Formats: sequence, structure tokens, C-alpha cells
Amino acid sequence: MVYADNAATTKMSRTAVAAMLPCMEETWGNASSLYGFGQKAKEALEAARAKVAACLGASPGGIYFTSGGSEADNQAIISAAHLGAKKGKKHIISTAFEHHAVLHTLKKLEQEGFEVELLDVHENGRVSAGEVSAAIRGDTALVTIMYANNEIGSVQPIAEIGAVCRERKVLFHTDAVQAAGHLPIDVQKQNIDMLSLSGHKFHGPKGVGVLYARTGIPLENLIEGGAQERGKRGGTENVPAIVGMAAALEEACAHMDENMAKVQALRDKLIGGLRRIPHSVLNGDEKHRLPGNVSFCFEGIEGESLLLLLDDKGICASSGSACTSGSLDPSHVLLAIGRPHEVAHGSLRLSLSEENTEAEVEEILRAVPEVVEYLRGISPLWKDKVIGKREFLLPESYR
Amino acid sequence: MALYSEKVMDHFRNPRNVGSIENADGIGEVGNAKCGDIMKIYLKIDDDIVSDVKFETFGCGSAIASSSMATELIKGKPVSEALTLTNKAVTEALDGLPAHKLHCSVLAEEAIRAAVEDYHSRHSAGTGA
Repeated sequence: MVYADNAATTKMSRTAVAAMLPCMEETWGNASSLYGFGQKAKEALEAARAKVAACLGASPGGIYFTSGGSEADNQAIISAAHLGAKKGKKHIISTAFEHHAVLHTLKKLEQEGFEVELLDVHENGRVSAGEVSAAIRGDTALVTIMYANNEIGSVQPIAEIGAVCRERKVLFHTDAVQAAGHLPIDVQKQNIDMLSLSGHKFHGPKGVGVLYARTGIPLENLIEGGAQERGKRGGTENVPAIVGMAAALEEACAHMDENMAKVQALRDKLIGGLRRIPHSVLNGDEKHRLPGNVSFCFEGIEGESLLLLLDDKGICASSGSACTSGSLDPSHVLLAIGRPHEVAHGSLRLSLSEENTEAEVEEILRAVPEVVEYLRGISPLWKDKVIGKREFLLPESYR
Repeated sequence: MALYSEKVMDHFRNPRNVGSIENADGIGEVGNAKCGDIMKIYLKIDDDIVSDVKFETFGCGSAIASSSMATELIKGKPVSEALTLTNKAVTEALDGLPAHKLHCSVLAEEAIRAAVEDYHSRHSAGTGA
């Protein structure tokens, strides 16, 4: 099997598994218990907090463990919005291609009377600090912009946006689910007030994540029920998962440079090969791009059938077609960068990790053109384009 | 549980009657590119019997499988019978489709009907009726 869907989830690292086992077999007490056995779990929890904080350039007091990136996004945005509302600030700036954990939370806030402004991300999938600055108003409560996009891999100028927000005294949250463990993060230097990440995107366990909130930002609880996480997140801490996530993040950050170099080389080889397919287009910025992200649209075919046939060849990938997005429309991300519906239906995302090999990339490069050609061969849409009955929407040779 | 039944995957992987027919007696095309699925059906009719049928489909796995199954269900049948093909029959023959994919079978039914209607309109025009 060639696993090329690391943006969906990653295989747990041995380091993460090894770190978790003692938390389940030995120090399995409740971290809130008073006796020494429970306190051992508490120690493991706090050691994990310190590790995560160190990876983000944060203080341990700003780290809150959650059930994942989605919960962290929800809590960050709701907290910042309600904090702003207390001062009469009900304007929120975001982008059109955020993860649904952000967009759906913003939708809910709109129903509460907040005004949400979604910035255009342009064809390359990037927003500039200048555009953020121009959108900030006196009543702006929050700017929430993802660090890197999960579908098309474009990386935002986070430090510049952070600087603008700090200067204008507006809270800045970033969904760093795809970036954490893959790109350098320093919440101090980058002026990030709040940040979300998820353990399973960097070889840690699923169902665990982090919300970082700068000291002094009062969080609103989403889950009531106890004094855990300094009273901000009820529920007995999932110590094994938290410890596993911290170990995975520490490992990812320690090897970041070498992993980036390796994965980027694989990515660029893959992009270079797929570009040779006629009437295809790379989605997302070529330079400011996640090390492992490859996202293409192929004209005249539909993404789900592409994925199924790749699966038959042992390749795991994903797509933003309507049939894979679970709605009638193709991915909101592809629409946000201006891809027409028809083109967006024919999308393919391959996301690599340092566990992938050059031989696997070559295997993908043999499989994808073959499958695209086959599907085009049975597509009446493609045929109409070839005979000139319909117009091609993408140029024949790569761009 | 897999997304699709074995039958769906079989018809998706090895679609029957894929292609086109030159000088077809009836052609039906339904769906649109914006929605992500287009089905085109070609019919060859001899003595009011569907003597040959081919399809081309732009769409997801269940769209391709539904087209394939629909062509199988009408091949060799009287035209009048082809006209009564329902999406339910296509779905059942495929051992079911996920709820959000049922529209693919509807599209197959509509494509067959459009092709038969095209045949009828050409036929009546040709005979001056």
C-alpha cells in the first residue's frame, strides 16, 4: 500500500506509542487524584504540557489539552468572539477557505449577531497581511486565519499577519492543524494569540489536540465538569493520548529540517510528474506550500472514481469532489481559489510524510496518468472538449 | 463495511457496454458538468428491440456503475420495456446504493429514457408521422 493521505491522518510513530504504553500499563491513575499514584499521572501530564509548550515557543500555562483541532478551533473562536462582544466588538475576520471547524463556528456566531468577513484567498490560496490590515476595524474582535490549508497546502504569512493584529490590538487565532510538527511555529515571535493543533497530523494519536491561548486571554468553557485544564476543559484528561501527542510533536520538531528537506523533494518530484498530464492544474501556491502537499485538478473527470481506481492500485489519496465532500458542491476550498465547479470535481490530493519513499512517488506517477486517461476515455464531457463541442477550462500544458 | 456493494464495485471496475455507437438510433445525455455527473447513452434499435447499447459517463463510482447496470438491464429488451426501467430496478440490481448516491441511479433511468425519446422523435420524424 502507498499511503499518500497524511493530511487526513498519519501513522503513529514508535516514539509516540512507546510513550503511551506506560501511561496505560503503569501510571494509569486519574491525574486529579490526590494520592501519589494519581499524581504520577499528573506528572506525566505536566511533562507533556511542558514539551508541547517548548515546541511552540509558549509557556506551559498557555497550553490547554482538548479532544482535537476542531474543539480547539471552536473554543478559541467562541472565547475571542464573546470577549470582544463584551467590549462592543462584534466583527470577525477570517478567510473563505478555512476548515469547517472554523467556518461552522463562525456561522453560529453570525446567528448570534456577529459580523463575519471572509477575505478572498486568491488563486494561489494566500491572503496578505496588508489585506488583513485593511479589513481590521475599530470593532474587530478577532482575526482567525489558518496557518496552512489542509486541501491545497498554501501557507499563510502568519508572522506578518500576527504583527498586524498585535499592532492593531486585535486577537489573532490560527488553526495550525496542518502546520504543527511540519513547519516552524513560535507563538511569541509570530505574535500568535491563540493556536489550534491536532495530535494525529504529526504521527501522534487521534482524539487529542491543543489549544494555545496567550496568558491573560480568558477562555470560555465548551465542556463543563471539573477543574481539569485549570477549569477550562472538564473531563478526565486522556493522559496516554496527551503524552503520545507530546512525544510525537517533540520528535517532529527535533527532526523538522531533515523531514522537510526529504518530503519537499518527494513532493516536487510528484508535482513535476503530474504536471505533465494535459489540462491539469496545481492547486495552491507553489513556493509557500506545506512540505507534503500535492493538490491537482484534472479536467474532464470526477475525483471519487479517480480515488477508487487508485485504491485498486493500492494508493490511498483524497479528493475535494462533491461525491467525496458529502455535499452537492465540490470543496469550498477549491471554489474559494476560483476553480469552476466542473474543474473542482476532478481534484486529487496526495499528502506525503517522511515515511514515503521515492519508489512510492514513482508508483503514484505511473498510476495517476493511467487512471486519468482511462476516465477521460469514458467521459462524455472530455470527449466534447476534444471535439471542440465544449471549451477546455484548463490550458493544455502545465502552468 | 465498504462504501459500495461488491456489485457496484464490479460494474465500476469492469463497466459493461462502455463506449459509443456510430450512427446510433437514439442518444440521450443527462446531468451537467457543474454537478459533477453526465451520462450519455447510445442505442441501436432493430425491430423495436434494443440490439445494442453503449454508455459514456463523467462521474463518481456509483454513476459509472449505475450506467453500466442500466445498459445491461435494457440490452436485448423491447424499446417499450427500456422505457419502463426505473432507478429502483437499477439500484436493486446493484445490491443497493448509499442514500446520498441514489441520484446516480435516477440519472441512469433518465439517460435511458432520453435516449429512447430521442429514438422515438427521430423515428416519427423519419416516417413523417
